[in-house]
Amino acid sequence: MSRSRLLFGTLAGLIIVAGLIAAPFGLKPYGIYILTLWAVTTIAAIGLNLTLGYAGQVSLAQGAFVGIGAYAAALLTTKGWPLGAAYLVAGVSCFGIGWLLGYPALRVQHHYLAFVTLAFATLAYLVFRNEEWITGGIYGLSNIPRPNLFGYLLRTPRDFYYFCLANLALVSLAAWWLIRSPWGRAFVALRENPVRALSLGVDTRRYTLMAFALGAGLGGISGVLYAPLVQYIDPTPFSLLLSLNLLLMVIVGGSGYFFGPFLGAMIAVLLPEWLQAASKYYLFYYAAFVMVLLIVSPSGIIGFFERRLAAARKAAAPPVPPMAEAKVAP
Amino acid sequence: MTTVLEVRDLSKHFGGIHAVNSVSFDVNEGEILGIIGPNGSGKSTLFNCILGQLHPSSGEVRLDGRAVTGMRPCDLNRLGVSRTFQLLQVFPELTVRENLILAAQEHRGSMVSRLFGARDAGLSGDADRMIEFFRLAHVADEKAGALSYGQQKLLDAAMAFMAGPRLVLLDEPAGGVNLTMLANLRDRLEAINREEGATFVVIEHNMEFVMALCSRIVVLAEGRIIAEGNPADVRRDPKVMEAYLGH
Repeated sequence: MSRSRLLFGTLAGLIIVAGLIAAPFGLKPYGIYILTLWAVTTIAAIGLNLTLGYAGQVSLAQGAFVGIGAYAAALLTTKGWPLGAAYLVAGVSCFGIGWLLGYPALRVQHHYLAFVTLAFATLAYLVFRNEEWITGGIYGLSNIPRPNLFGYLLRTPRDFYYFCLANLALVSLAAWWLIRSPWGRAFVALRENPVRALSLGVDTRRYTLMAFALGAGLGGISGVLYAPLVQYIDPTPFSLLLSLNLLLMVIVGGSGYFFGPFLGAMIAVLLPEWLQAASKYYLFYYAAFVMVLLIVSPSGIIGFFERRLAAARKAAAPPVPPMAEAKVAP
Repeated sequence: MTTVLEVRDLSKHFGGIHAVNSVSFDVNEGEILGIIGPNGSGKSTLFNCILGQLHPSSGEVRLDGRAVTGMRPCDLNRLGVSRTFQLLQVFPELTVRENLILAAQEHRGSMVSRLFGARDAGLSGDADRMIEFFRLAHVADEKAGALSYGQQKLLDAAMAFMAGPRLVLLDEPAGGVNLTMLANLRDRLEAINREEGATFVVIEHNMEFVMALCSRIVVLAEGRIIAEGNPADVRRDPKVMEAYLGH
């Protein structure tokens, strides 16, 4: 990539990060809550983007992993355990369950795989709702404490917001690293042509399971932050609707693009608040927007801009000299 | 002469159809073996059975005397057996360089080292050499999907050689390639065979290409081997004429 583009990217990144850090000073607690919710949701969307966007495995179960993480955090922290224990329990169990959920993906693909994961999401929801002895059923779990950070209680919305933002930053860095490592390349190969990848020594079975497990693990981490954010959880937010919403976020933002989930979560979480005036018609506008977007650009908003940028660069660049060989009809 | 690959009584049935019917042949170290036959004679199915993409109904495949029948393609590939497909198979969203790195990255290190180690898995040098060798330098950082058909075909072949395989199975390498590119491709394949001592098995419809490239030819018809020998003999064999021209 060119130097000017890198400079522009770095500058834009710095402005956005500075904006996110400064934001709570201009916002009421509710505004900070929404922004925190965005950060927490983005973590789950980043996870799904790994599974779906990079490795090409459809999952309608991401919401269930957020739920598992949230219940793990609620159960542990209300019993006096630190949130760190919840990270461990939720991360490890979601990773493990995600790995197991990956097995059907070795046999079925695309919409069939969507159905298998949908079944899991439904099952998880039923467990949250019906297993009262552990989840509290429809009454849910309340009085979830805010976490302590080295003895400092993150009680105020602003403190907890920064905590979640830091989590998002760490997750983003880890995801960035992963995508740029040989694993990321193997994920893309798995998405684009699993048969060819297999013939080049890529253990597609292991990478498929890993893509599910990592995505699910991040879903769990998102849940671990969600529970102390809202401080009261019941099964409702973890229904299939959340999985569908997360899927929509990844696709609207730009599936397979690093910044896709950030943008997608922004549209799904922040836009409804900004469009308060049109509250009654919000879903109508959103639905219309999504339909138009997917017709114009199936690769989401980032895909749309990337194509425009590439076209602009091509127009600006001098024409490439013709190759020695001529084009051939296949 | 050492035998690299032994195929013994390999069969593959799809329901009542015998796509490959008790096929046996050897591939010797350093040779270029051609497999020809009319459409539907079982050539690609034979490749898929040898390479673990399909499970053979019966028979055995041995690599250096070791049974590898039904082994997963990724494991077989790491033992030094590589292939190309009949239809072009590159990763369009990866650049030429990344396609090449991918083609060898699973051959060294562990899953852990591939996650935490170098982004190029230490393969940039090899990739550059391969890019140079296949004359793709001017498109090295383009996405593979943006290349012309002929260039993609070269990349496809380059990927098969990236990990330094001992045995390469090429399924119609000349298909849809124009004459200039075809000469280029043949020249590159011969150079690799000569310089690296890699062994090839080539399925091909382009008779001129296969006769010029291969030292020995196996002819398949209706799933069986009907002739075997050097190009000149095979060309004159009446059974081969019949198979191609019909009964």
